[in-house]
Amino acid sequence: MPRTPFFLALRPLRPLGSAPDPEVFHPKRGSGDLDLGPVSRQGGPMPHDHDHPHALLPPDPALRVKALETILVGKGLVDPAALDEIIDIYQNRIGPQNGARVVAMAWSDPGVKARLLSDPVPFLQELGYYGRQGEHVTVVENTAAVHNMIVCTLCSCYPWPLLGIPPGWYKSDAYRARAVRAPRAVLAEFGVRLPEGKAVRVWDSTAEMRYLVLPERPAGTEGWPVEALARLVTRDSMVGTGLAREPGT
Amino acid sequence: MSDAPEPVFEAPWHAQVFAITVSLNEAGLFSWPEWTQVFGATLARHGLAKELNGGEDYFAAWLEALEAVLAEKGIAASGAVEAMRAAWEEAYLSTPHGTPVKLRESG
Repeated sequence: MPRTPFFLALRPLRPLGSAPDPEVFHPKRGSGDLDLGPVSRQGGPMPHDHDHPHALLPPDPALRVKALETILVGKGLVDPAALDEIIDIYQNRIGPQNGARVVAMAWSDPGVKARLLSDPVPFLQELGYYGRQGEHVTVVENTAAVHNMIVCTLCSCYPWPLLGIPPGWYKSDAYRARAVRAPRAVLAEFGVRLPEGKAVRVWDSTAEMRYLVLPERPAGTEGWPVEALARLVTRDSMVGTGLAREPGT
Repeated sequence: MSDAPEPVFEAPWHAQVFAITVSLNEAGLFSWPEWTQVFGATLARHGLAKELNGGEDYFAAWLEALEAVLAEKGIAASGAVEAMRAAWEEAYLSTPHGTPVKLRESG
Protein backbone atom coordinates (compact mmCIF):
# COMPACT_ATOMS: atom_id res chain seq x y z
CA MET A 1 0.00 0.00 0.00
CA PRO A 2 1.56 3.31 -1.00
CA ARG A 3 2.27 5.65 1.87
CA THR A 4 0.35 8.81 1.18
CA PRO A 5 0.54 11.95 3.26
CA PHE A 6 -2.80 11.04 4.72
CA PHE A 7 -2.97 13.78 7.28
CA LEU A 8 -3.41 16.23 4.48
CA ALA A 9 -6.58 14.47 3.55
CA LEU A 10 -7.60 14.83 7.19
CA ARG A 11 -8.05 18.53 6.76
CA PRO A 12 -11.82 18.90 6.97
CA LEU A 13 -12.06 21.42 4.15
CA ARG A 14 -10.34 19.07 1.77
CA PRO A 15 -12.55 16.66 -0.14
CA LEU A 16 -11.88 13.08 0.85
CA GLY A 17 -9.40 11.33 -1.35
CA SER A 18 -8.14 14.45 -3.05
CA ALA A 19 -4.57 14.60 -4.25
CA PRO A 20 -2.08 15.58 -1.59
CA ASP A 21 -0.83 19.10 -1.82
CA PRO A 22 2.92 19.14 -1.30
CA GLU A 23 2.76 22.82 -0.37
CA VAL A 24 0.90 21.92 2.79
CA PHE A 25 3.04 18.94 3.65
CA HIS A 26 5.17 19.13 6.79
CA PRO A 27 7.97 21.56 6.20
CA LYS A 28 11.06 19.49 6.83
CA ARG A 29 13.49 22.21 7.55
CA GLY A 30 16.44 22.55 9.75
CA SER A 31 16.12 19.06 11.18
CA GLY A 32 19.21 18.01 13.03
CA ASP A 33 21.10 21.13 12.15
CA LEU A 34 21.66 23.75 14.75
CA ASP A 35 22.12 26.48 12.19
CA LEU A 36 18.56 27.08 11.15
CA GLY A 37 19.43 29.30 8.26
CA PRO A 38 17.69 32.53 7.48
CA VAL A 39 14.10 32.41 8.59
CA SER A 40 11.81 35.35 9.07
CA ARG A 41 10.19 36.19 12.39
CA GLN A 42 7.02 34.61 11.07
CA GLY A 43 8.90 31.41 10.43
CA GLY A 44 8.91 31.57 6.64
CA PRO A 45 11.98 31.63 4.49
CA MET A 46 13.55 35.03 4.03
CA PRO A 47 15.80 36.07 1.20
CA HIS A 48 19.20 36.46 2.78
CA ASP A 49 21.83 36.51 0.10
CA HIS A 50 24.34 38.99 1.39
CA ASP A 51 27.67 37.85 2.71
CA HIS A 52 26.56 37.01 6.24
CA PRO A 53 28.65 39.45 8.21
CA HIS A 54 26.91 38.09 11.30
CA ALA A 55 25.65 34.74 12.49
CA LEU A 56 22.28 33.74 11.06
CA LEU A 57 19.45 34.80 13.30
CA PRO A 58 17.28 31.83 14.37
CA PRO A 59 13.49 32.24 14.12
CA ASP A 60 11.76 34.05 16.95
CA PRO A 61 10.44 30.97 18.81
CA ALA A 62 13.92 29.44 18.75
CA LEU A 63 15.28 32.60 20.41
CA ARG A 64 12.51 32.45 23.02
CA VAL A 65 13.39 28.83 23.78
CA LYS A 66 17.05 29.81 24.09
CA ALA A 67 16.01 32.60 26.47
CA LEU A 68 14.04 30.18 28.65
CA GLU A 69 16.90 27.72 28.65
CA THR A 70 19.43 30.38 29.63
CA ILE A 71 17.23 31.50 32.52
CA LEU A 72 16.51 27.96 33.70
CA VAL A 73 20.15 26.88 33.47
CA GLY A 74 21.12 30.03 35.36
CA LYS A 75 18.72 29.07 38.12
CA GLY A 76 20.03 25.53 38.19
CA LEU A 77 16.64 24.15 37.17
CA VAL A 78 17.79 22.41 34.02
CA ASP A 79 21.09 20.92 32.97
CA PRO A 80 22.04 21.30 29.29
CA ALA A 81 23.55 17.83 29.24
CA ALA A 82 20.29 16.39 30.54
CA LEU A 83 18.41 18.16 27.74
CA ASP A 84 20.74 16.66 25.15
CA GLU A 85 20.20 13.26 26.70
CA ILE A 86 16.40 13.59 26.54
CA ILE A 87 16.54 14.66 22.90
CA ASP A 88 18.88 11.81 22.02
CA ILE A 89 16.59 9.28 23.69
CA TYR A 90 13.53 10.29 21.72
CA GLN A 91 15.30 11.08 18.49
CA ASN A 92 17.41 7.96 18.35
CA ARG A 93 16.65 5.33 20.93
CA ILE A 94 12.95 5.06 21.76
CA GLY A 95 10.47 4.50 19.01
CA PRO A 96 7.79 2.20 17.62
CA GLN A 97 10.27 -0.68 17.47
CA ASN A 98 9.63 -1.13 21.20
CA GLY A 99 5.89 -1.47 20.75
CA ALA A 100 6.41 -3.70 17.71
CA ARG A 101 8.46 -6.11 19.77
CA VAL A 102 5.78 -6.22 22.45
CA VAL A 103 3.08 -6.92 19.87
CA ALA A 104 5.17 -9.66 18.24
CA MET A 105 5.77 -11.26 21.64
CA ALA A 106 2.04 -11.17 22.36
CA TRP A 107 1.29 -12.78 19.00
CA SER A 108 3.81 -15.52 19.74
CA ASP A 109 2.91 -16.27 23.32
CA PRO A 110 -0.66 -16.45 24.65
CA GLY A 111 0.69 -15.99 28.18
CA VAL A 112 2.29 -12.66 27.21
CA LYS A 113 -0.89 -11.59 25.48
CA ALA A 114 -2.97 -12.38 28.54
CA ARG A 115 -0.62 -10.35 30.74
CA LEU A 116 -0.68 -7.41 28.33
CA LEU A 117 -4.45 -7.35 28.15
CA SER A 118 -4.99 -7.68 31.90
CA ASP A 119 -2.23 -5.49 33.38
CA PRO A 120 0.56 -4.65 30.95
CA VAL A 121 2.68 -2.49 33.22
CA PRO A 122 4.57 -5.23 35.13
CA PHE A 123 5.43 -6.96 31.85
CA LEU A 124 6.50 -3.69 30.22
CA GLN A 125 8.63 -2.91 33.25
CA GLU A 126 10.39 -6.24 32.81
CA LEU A 127 11.23 -5.25 29.24
CA GLY A 128 12.35 -1.79 30.33
CA TYR A 129 9.56 -0.13 28.32
CA TYR A 130 8.43 1.91 31.22
CA GLY A 131 8.70 5.39 32.68
CA ARG A 132 8.00 8.82 31.26
CA GLN A 133 4.47 8.82 29.86
CA GLY A 134 4.27 5.07 30.06
CA GLU A 135 3.37 4.66 33.70
CA HIS A 136 -0.23 3.76 32.90
CA VAL A 137 -0.87 1.88 29.71
CA THR A 138 -3.85 -0.12 28.54
CA VAL A 139 -3.48 -2.52 25.62
CA VAL A 140 -6.60 -2.86 23.47
CA GLU A 141 -6.89 -5.84 21.16
CA ASN A 142 -8.13 -5.75 17.61
CA THR A 143 -10.26 -8.75 16.73
CA ALA A 144 -12.42 -9.90 13.86
CA ALA A 145 -15.27 -7.98 15.51
CA VAL A 146 -13.58 -4.81 16.83
CA HIS A 147 -11.03 -2.32 15.53
CA ASN A 148 -9.44 0.03 18.07
CA MET A 149 -7.96 3.44 17.44
CA ILE A 150 -6.26 5.90 19.79
CA VAL A 151 -6.28 9.67 19.93
CA CYS A 152 -5.67 12.43 22.45
CA THR A 153 -8.35 15.05 22.04
CA LEU A 154 -6.81 17.30 24.72
CA CYS A 155 -3.26 17.48 23.39
CA SER A 156 -1.06 14.58 22.31
CA CYS A 157 -0.85 11.98 25.09
CA TYR A 158 0.83 8.89 23.68
CA PRO A 159 2.69 5.88 25.14
CA TRP A 160 6.22 7.24 24.72
CA PRO A 161 8.16 4.18 25.96
CA LEU A 162 6.39 2.00 23.39
CA LEU A 163 5.98 4.30 20.40
CA GLY A 164 8.31 7.25 20.97
CA ILE A 165 7.14 10.78 20.25
CA PRO A 166 3.90 11.01 18.25
CA PRO A 167 4.01 11.88 14.56
CA GLY A 168 2.79 15.26 13.35
CA TRP A 169 -0.59 14.01 12.16
CA TYR A 170 -1.38 12.61 15.62
CA LYS A 171 -0.82 16.09 17.04
CA SER A 172 -2.79 17.89 14.34
CA ASP A 173 -6.20 19.43 14.92
CA ALA A 174 -7.48 17.50 11.92
CA TYR A 175 -6.82 14.14 13.52
CA ARG A 176 -7.61 15.14 17.09
CA ALA A 177 -10.92 16.66 16.15
CA ARG A 178 -12.10 13.97 13.78
CA ALA A 179 -10.86 10.65 15.19
CA VAL A 180 -13.71 10.54 17.68
CA ARG A 181 -16.38 12.13 15.52
CA ALA A 182 -15.74 10.36 12.25
CA PRO A 183 -13.35 7.47 12.86
CA ARG A 184 -14.34 5.54 9.77
CA ALA A 185 -13.74 8.51 7.51
CA VAL A 186 -10.35 9.05 9.14
CA LEU A 187 -9.48 5.38 8.73
CA ALA A 188 -10.45 5.52 5.07
CA GLU A 189 -8.07 8.44 4.60
CA PHE A 190 -5.32 6.29 6.10
CA GLY A 191 -6.19 3.62 3.56
CA VAL A 192 -7.83 1.34 6.10
CA ARG A 193 -11.06 -0.23 4.91
CA LEU A 194 -12.76 -2.36 7.52
CA PRO A 195 -15.26 -5.08 6.77
CA GLU A 196 -18.91 -4.13 7.10
CA GLY A 197 -20.13 -4.76 10.59
CA LYS A 198 -16.76 -4.42 12.28
CA ALA A 199 -17.08 -2.10 15.26
CA VAL A 200 -14.64 0.80 15.72
CA ARG A 201 -13.68 1.82 19.23
CA VAL A 202 -11.81 5.07 19.79
CA TRP A 203 -9.80 5.53 22.97
CA ASP A 204 -9.09 9.06 24.16
CA SER A 205 -5.72 9.17 25.88
CA THR A 206 -5.00 11.34 28.87
CA ALA A 207 -1.98 12.13 30.99
CA GLU A 208 -3.18 9.38 33.31
CA MET A 209 -3.92 6.67 30.76
CA ARG A 210 -2.35 5.88 27.43
CA TYR A 211 -3.27 3.14 25.00
CA LEU A 212 -1.56 0.74 22.66
CA VAL A 213 -3.47 -1.15 19.99
CA LEU A 214 -2.63 -4.83 19.65
CA PRO A 215 -3.24 -5.29 15.93
CA GLU A 216 -4.53 -8.51 14.42
CA ARG A 217 -1.81 -10.95 13.44
CA PRO A 218 -1.60 -11.29 9.67
CA ALA A 219 -2.45 -14.68 8.19
CA GLY A 220 0.39 -16.79 6.90
CA THR A 221 2.81 -15.97 9.71
CA GLU A 222 2.43 -19.17 11.72
CA GLY A 223 5.67 -20.18 13.37
CA TRP A 224 7.47 -16.93 12.54
CA PRO A 225 10.07 -15.82 15.08
CA VAL A 226 9.39 -12.70 17.14
CA GLU A 227 11.92 -10.58 15.22
CA ALA A 228 10.28 -11.37 11.88
CA LEU A 229 6.81 -10.74 13.25
CA ALA A 230 7.92 -7.41 14.73
CA ARG A 231 8.84 -6.19 11.25
CA LEU A 232 5.18 -6.48 10.27
CA VAL A 233 4.06 -4.24 13.11
CA THR A 234 3.93 -0.63 11.95
CA ARG A 235 3.58 2.38 14.18
CA ASP A 236 0.20 3.17 12.66
CA SER A 237 -1.03 -0.35 13.36
CA MET A 238 -0.36 0.26 17.05
CA VAL A 239 -2.24 3.58 16.97
CA GLY A 240 -5.05 1.91 15.08
CA THR A 241 -4.75 4.05 11.97
CA GLY A 242 -3.22 1.14 10.12
CA LEU A 243 -3.13 -2.63 10.04
CA ALA A 244 -0.11 -4.88 10.46
CA ARG A 245 1.73 -5.55 7.21
CA GLU A 246 0.89 -8.69 5.30
CA PRO A 247 3.81 -11.07 4.75
CA GLY A 248 5.64 -10.21 1.56
CA THR A 249 4.54 -6.56 1.48
CA MET B 1 9.19 0.07 10.37
CA SER B 2 8.07 2.81 8.04
CA ASP B 3 9.94 3.15 4.77
CA ALA B 4 10.86 6.80 5.20
CA PRO B 5 10.64 7.75 8.85
CA GLU B 6 9.59 11.29 9.54
CA PRO B 7 11.96 13.25 11.74
CA VAL B 8 10.89 13.12 15.37
CA PHE B 9 11.34 16.87 15.60
CA GLU B 10 11.09 19.10 12.54
CA ALA B 11 13.20 21.89 14.01
CA PRO B 12 15.85 21.95 16.72
CA TRP B 13 13.82 24.33 18.87
CA HIS B 14 10.93 21.87 18.92
CA ALA B 15 13.28 19.30 20.43
CA GLN B 16 14.72 21.83 22.84
CA VAL B 17 11.41 23.08 24.21
CA PHE B 18 10.21 19.50 24.51
CA ALA B 19 13.32 18.49 26.47
CA ILE B 20 13.13 21.53 28.77
CA THR B 21 9.53 20.66 29.62
CA VAL B 22 10.26 16.99 30.28
CA SER B 23 13.24 17.96 32.39
CA LEU B 24 11.26 20.46 34.50
CA ASN B 25 8.51 17.89 34.99
CA GLU B 26 11.06 15.39 36.24
CA ALA B 27 12.56 17.99 38.53
CA GLY B 28 9.08 18.25 40.07
CA LEU B 29 8.21 21.78 38.99
CA PHE B 30 4.89 20.60 37.67
CA SER B 31 3.11 17.30 37.16
CA TRP B 32 2.46 15.98 33.68
CA PRO B 33 -1.34 16.14 34.10
CA GLU B 34 -0.93 19.78 35.17
CA TRP B 35 1.15 20.40 32.05
CA THR B 36 -1.35 18.72 29.71
CA GLN B 37 -4.15 20.88 31.10
CA VAL B 38 -2.31 24.12 30.38
CA PHE B 39 -1.00 22.90 27.05
CA GLY B 40 -4.36 21.46 25.99
CA ALA B 41 -6.05 24.76 26.80
CA THR B 42 -3.44 26.67 24.79
CA LEU B 43 -3.91 24.35 21.81
CA ALA B 44 -7.67 24.79 22.04
CA ARG B 45 -7.33 28.59 22.12
CA HIS B 46 -4.95 28.65 19.15
CA GLY B 47 -7.21 26.22 17.32
CA LEU B 48 -10.03 28.77 17.34
CA ALA B 49 -8.13 31.03 14.96
CA LYS B 50 -6.97 28.37 12.54
CA GLU B 51 -6.63 24.66 12.14
CA LEU B 52 -3.34 23.74 13.78
CA ASN B 53 -0.88 21.45 12.11
CA GLY B 54 0.97 18.99 14.29
CA GLY B 55 4.36 20.60 13.73
CA GLU B 56 5.21 24.29 13.97
CA ASP B 57 1.71 25.26 15.21
CA TYR B 58 1.81 22.56 17.82
CA PHE B 59 5.17 23.59 19.20
CA ALA B 60 4.25 27.29 19.09
CA ALA B 61 1.38 26.41 21.46
CA TRP B 62 3.76 24.26 23.50
CA LEU B 63 6.20 27.15 23.91
CA GLU B 64 3.47 29.59 24.84
CA ALA B 65 2.12 27.13 27.43
CA LEU B 66 5.57 26.62 28.93
CA GLU B 67 6.17 30.37 29.10
CA ALA B 68 2.81 30.74 30.85
CA VAL B 69 3.59 28.01 33.38
CA LEU B 70 7.02 29.46 34.16
CA ALA B 71 5.64 32.98 34.51
CA GLU B 72 2.78 31.77 36.68
CA LYS B 73 5.18 29.93 38.98
CA GLY B 74 7.40 32.97 39.26
CA ILE B 75 10.34 31.16 37.64
CA ALA B 76 10.66 33.26 34.51
CA ALA B 77 8.62 36.44 34.26
CA SER B 78 7.66 37.44 30.74
CA GLY B 79 9.75 40.61 30.94
CA ALA B 80 12.83 38.62 31.89
CA VAL B 81 12.24 36.18 29.05
CA GLU B 82 11.82 39.01 26.55
CA ALA B 83 15.00 40.72 27.79
CA MET B 84 16.91 37.46 27.44
CA ARG B 85 15.44 36.87 23.98
CA ALA B 86 16.54 40.34 22.93
CA ALA B 87 20.01 39.68 24.35
CA TRP B 88 20.28 36.52 22.26
CA GLU B 89 19.06 38.34 19.16
CA GLU B 90 21.64 41.03 19.73
CA ALA B 91 24.32 38.36 20.22
CA TYR B 92 23.43 36.70 16.91
CA LEU B 93 23.46 39.97 15.04
CA SER B 94 26.78 41.08 16.49
CA THR B 95 28.66 37.80 16.21
CA PRO B 96 30.70 37.32 13.06
CA HIS B 97 29.41 34.51 10.88
CA GLY B 98 31.09 31.22 11.73
CA THR B 99 31.94 32.21 15.30
CA PRO B 100 30.04 30.54 18.15
CA VAL B 101 27.26 32.83 19.34
CA LYS B 102 27.46 33.66 23.02
CA LEU B 103 25.65 36.04 25.28
CA ARG B 104 27.72 39.05 26.22
CA GLU B 105 27.26 38.37 29.94
CA SER B 106 28.54 34.83 29.69
CA GLY B 107 31.47 35.96 27.62
